[in-house]
Amino acid sequence: MLTTITVNGEARSLDLDPRTTLLDALREHLLLTGTKKGCDHGQCGACTVLVNGVRINACLSLAVAHDGDEVTTIEGLGTPEHLHPMQQAFLTHDAYQCGYCTPGQICSAVGMLREVEAGLPSHATRDVRADAVLDGEEIRERMSGNICRCSAYPQIVAAIAAVAEAES
Amino acid sequence: MRPFTYERATDLGQAVREASQTPGARFLAGGTNLLDLMKLEIERPQHLIDVSRLPLAGVEDADGGLRIGAMATNSQVAGDRRVREHYPVLTQAIVSGASGQLRNKATTGGNLLQRTRCPYFYDTTKPCNKRTPGAGCAALEGVSRETAILGASTACIAVHPSDMAVALVALGADVETQTPAGDTRRFPLMELHRLPGETPHIETHLIPGELITAVVLPPPPPGGQIYRKARDRASYATAHASIAIAGGQVALGGLAHKPWRAVTAEAALAAGASPTEAMTAELADASVGELNAFKVPLTTRLFAAAVQEISGEAA
Amino acid sequence: MSSVHDWAAPNPVTTNRSGLIGKGVDRYEGPLKVTGTAPYAYEVRPPSPPAYGVMVGSAIATGRIAAVDTAEAQAAPGVLAVWTHLNVPPQPPRGTKAHPRSTAGSRPALESDRVTHWGQPVALVVADTWENAIAASALVRLSYEAGTPDVDFSARLPDAGQPPGEQDVEIGDFDAGFATSPVTLDETWSTPIQNHCQMEPCASLAWWEGDKCIAHTSVQMVKPAQHGLAETLGIDRDAVHLLTRYIGGGFGGKGQTYDDLTLAALAARALGRPVKVAFSRQQMMHGTIHRPATVQRVRLGAEKDGRLNAFSIMTWTHCHQDGTFTEHASNFARALYAAPNRLTGHRLVKLDLPGAGPMRAPGEASGTLSLECAMDELAEQLGLDPVELRIRNEPAVDPENGRPFSQRQLVRCLREGAQMFGWDRRLPTPGQVRDGRWLVGLGMAAAIRGNFLLPAKCSFSVDAEGVITVRQGMTDIGTGTYTVLAQIAAETLGVPLGVVKVEIGDSELPPAPGSGGQFGAASAGSAALAAGMNLRRAIAELATGDPNSPLYGGDPERVTFQDGVVAIENRSETLAALVRRAAPDGLTAEGDSRPPPDMREWSTQTYGSHFCEVGVDPVTGEVRVRRMLGVFAAGRILNEKTARSQLTGGMIWGVGSALTEGNAVDPRHGSLIGQDLAQYLVPVQADIGDLEAIMLDEVDDKANPMGIKGVGELGNSGAGAAVANAIYNACGVRVRDYPITPDKLLAGLIAKGM
Repeated sequence: MLTTITVNGEARSLDLDPRTTLLDALREHLLLTGTKKGCDHGQCGACTVLVNGVRINACLSLAVAHDGDEVTTIEGLGTPEHLHPMQQAFLTHDAYQCGYCTPGQICSAVGMLREVEAGLPSHATRDVRADAVLDGEEIRERMSGNICRCSAYPQIVAAIAAVAEAES
Repeated sequence: MRPFTYERATDLGQAVREASQTPGARFLAGGTNLLDLMKLEIERPQHLIDVSRLPLAGVEDADGGLRIGAMATNSQVAGDRRVREHYPVLTQAIVSGASGQLRNKATTGGNLLQRTRCPYFYDTTKPCNKRTPGAGCAALEGVSRETAILGASTACIAVHPSDMAVALVALGADVETQTPAGDTRRFPLMELHRLPGETPHIETHLIPGELITAVVLPPPPPGGQIYRKARDRASYATAHASIAIAGGQVALGGLAHKPWRAVTAEAALAAGASPTEAMTAELADASVGELNAFKVPLTTRLFAAAVQEISGEAA
Repeated sequence: MSSVHDWAAPNPVTTNRSGLIGKGVDRYEGPLKVTGTAPYAYEVRPPSPPAYGVMVGSAIATGRIAAVDTAEAQAAPGVLAVWTHLNVPPQPPRGTKAHPRSTAGSRPALESDRVTHWGQPVALVVADTWENAIAASALVRLSYEAGTPDVDFSARLPDAGQPPGEQDVEIGDFDAGFATSPVTLDETWSTPIQNHCQMEPCASLAWWEGDKCIAHTSVQMVKPAQHGLAETLGIDRDAVHLLTRYIGGGFGGKGQTYDDLTLAALAARALGRPVKVAFSRQQMMHGTIHRPATVQRVRLGAEKDGRLNAFSIMTWTHCHQDGTFTEHASNFARALYAAPNRLTGHRLVKLDLPGAGPMRAPGEASGTLSLECAMDELAEQLGLDPVELRIRNEPAVDPENGRPFSQRQLVRCLREGAQMFGWDRRLPTPGQVRDGRWLVGLGMAAAIRGNFLLPAKCSFSVDAEGVITVRQGMTDIGTGTYTVLAQIAAETLGVPLGVVKVEIGDSELPPAPGSGGQFGAASAGSAALAAGMNLRRAIAELATGDPNSPLYGGDPERVTFQDGVVAIENRSETLAALVRRAAPDGLTAEGDSRPPPDMREWSTQTYGSHFCEVGVDPVTGEVRVRRMLGVFAAGRILNEKTARSQLTGGMIWGVGSALTEGNAVDPRHGSLIGQDLAQYLVPVQADIGDLEAIMLDEVDDKANPMGIKGVGELGNSGAGAAVANAIYNACGVRVRDYPITPDKLLAGLIAKGM
């Protein structure tokens, strides 16, 4: 099926098997392999990308269902020469080890901060009637959809907190 | 995945008609559960009708309550100001399930229709009456703790995994649907899901091709609301047991093939029983095995603590 | 090097003139990892579009494949090949070593009709697209003659015997010592099967250039992977070029290769095009190794002052029918506490389960979960503080072999950890502290992990731009190898980090042992230092022998290297200028390192202490780690930042072991219940509260020329026990059957009337 998705600002037209997930379209068709396949079932978060600015698991989404959508992957956030602030923070805080969950963590973190800004509550929000205040507990809860088996969790929290503070 | 054809629905009436007329057709909304299962060939649709862009994603005021479009994402509902203010139990339930990414994609209708996480349902080499009616149930003599203690049958002891549905049942929500004939149906959410009986593969009372279009919340009940969930991991894990309380209405999760409205407990509580007595009465007929027996005391204690927490907030 | 004593001489790493050694510099490959531009095996771009291979796992645990029907799969769209044992290309019999010095033998895939564990790869489908391949893989029809799986570990405990070639180790007379001890403890702990769950499932991509196989895979050790593939393909070892540049987690599970590599190479040869094969997440659980379950009986006999008189850990464990692996959960204890009467050993039973093998801190991870809780229980019996009990049993020399410790700062780890953590606030009686709905408790445990030095080689080059290139057949599985090699190179050659390039993960580079057992940095780094010293010497000789160099005629021994400048006192030139002029093609030097025989005269370990605060919800039995501190002594630290990450990561593994991780066996089918990351629960971000690792200053000059030791496993040693002990302190319930899930803790709470 002919599908056009704007990926990292560029309209990309693909003729896709309807079975192709957004994840496989990115990795195998567009060769944007920064988005990782860790479980292919929405259980690890390594495939997290931003679709129309919102973080989702690319593995549980058919590419043909994203016709007309805007997708931002890790490659669209920054390059080794021009890192996105979140990428720089992960580097500085050593918020990764093997690096395989890292692109998903970073995309997730970027999307997560937007959710906080929009007032979205989380399980860590004591009173869901009030807007959440982004503290360590909130970051940890909101980032729990991204597993890091190397367990760089404390460093990831530090990196995200640093970006959030710089932004505020 | 088996090959399938895909179309994006632009018209509700046409979508339900096609769904009822096309062999092997299924609706695709958020896809977070359907694709998960299609990858394992537990679900094998021949045709997908993508209803995610139908104009069913609004959350609107309705008769003192709220009408939540079936395509509203879990995140959208949890974050809605009116939901947070008047139905906090719903927000609490939604955000205690899955992950941020999944909630951003999963829809209200899809959440209600998600299928069990029973490990024997997922392992396609094992017999499962849900996957293959009549094949038998590997979970019966299996080694999973995550099995039902209420309303189970010898054909199936799977539990419904939704947190959101538990809160909606406690809130007394209705479900609104569109039938293939073009009619709108509205009925209590409590009546959407079936107990397994001898046909655990039939999980709801929806007719083929019928699409959930909305969930309708009545005006918020008087009294406190709370959702409490016990699980192995602090986040991103299904419930051993969960409890939603909305005023005098109580629903239980993680215990049955459907979100369980605890009418016995509600009545006992209203009659002056203690929360522990009330939940003990509710669970009197619980059928437990060695591995899931802990759910009885867990649910009883969780309920008592939840009631206490609400009273504490009220005081 | 012929003697440990040679290491006392200063070298650039120990002198650390520019201060780069130890500095927490950012990861060398970090910019690639955070931008998603580091290609892992499946992501490498082959010379032409790849075909996609998907494996099929067996649906029985033991028996044979009785019939194969691949007709439907063959006929499915896009299918290029369907292989089972009936038609897979021939491979030399298992274990064949055509080359006698191969570090691994043949590992044939789809070997025969015999099935020896559930999920064993039994078929391969290759297709033009991944979608077609996986769809066709579901159409491969296999029927089986299934045997009755022998997988019930607890039922088979009585049949467990001595692991091959092993003896129990008894010092003194344990039984007599235990019988005469005034205070005794005799308890049994059990630990479950655990899965590595590396974020990157095992994957391989292969293609052929003539008779040469180019294979990218995800593996911790390069040489055995290269040799094993060559032996399996029946080709010369040099005809396999194996690459593993980025590895999405290993933890021991990628210490060997799997059938994805063999099948990718075979299929690429058969089809004449690149083929890539990856395990699915579900296939990883059974298709790769796991940490086996253990049962551990700990007996402690103590004097009333806490000094141990008798001490024993006996471990029962299991491995695959064809395997030889033993989870040595008792071994670590041999160097930990003093006691005159000691008995340790292992019993092994073979089961029809997938392969048991090493997983992060093999031995210690499981063993500390028993002994370090037993010490907590003993302290309570004695009315002693658990920290003090450990200090009272601090040995002066290795209690098993009498060797002096090369360095041992366990007591300092315990004392400083206790102080930093606020251990004095702990109330010895459990269940005394409440914070809202949580009962709060503190627990601690000691950590120990052996240290190893393995032979390694390395090469250093300098080019006409003054760029130093380190080349080594080493791997970085997230451990920081790239970075610490760059630091060693920069410090050794006196150049800025920015001019160092590191090339690793390649079988055509000088061999190194790879990543595992926390021997990586010491082994690879020692060879790097040797290569760097040799390159220094070559540069010094070049400069002092070049009439055009200001250093001409000087003593090569007096040449200094700093800031990219070579100098003898005030005579100097830049390294780049020297090389450009005097050796325009660059200079290369090799170095190697191997353990000297007298290393064995010392007992060399790494040490630590863990302190943990948990909350227990007495209503549900749920546990939350609120804060955790680890204090470690592990020799000189090469990179404060990456070492700390290794340690905190290991500690979090301990949290997982204590609270969530365990895979149950279905004895009817011989399969594991947890087949994905929704069923097998590794810790998520919300499970981890404030967690910190501190590294004490230390140099262990008996460990290697740099005085460093490993940290990759140490953090996971003892961490879970600290969590378990904190749970007890919070609520007074001891669960000795890991993991401590709410169902088990709730039963204990109810039994206590709570």
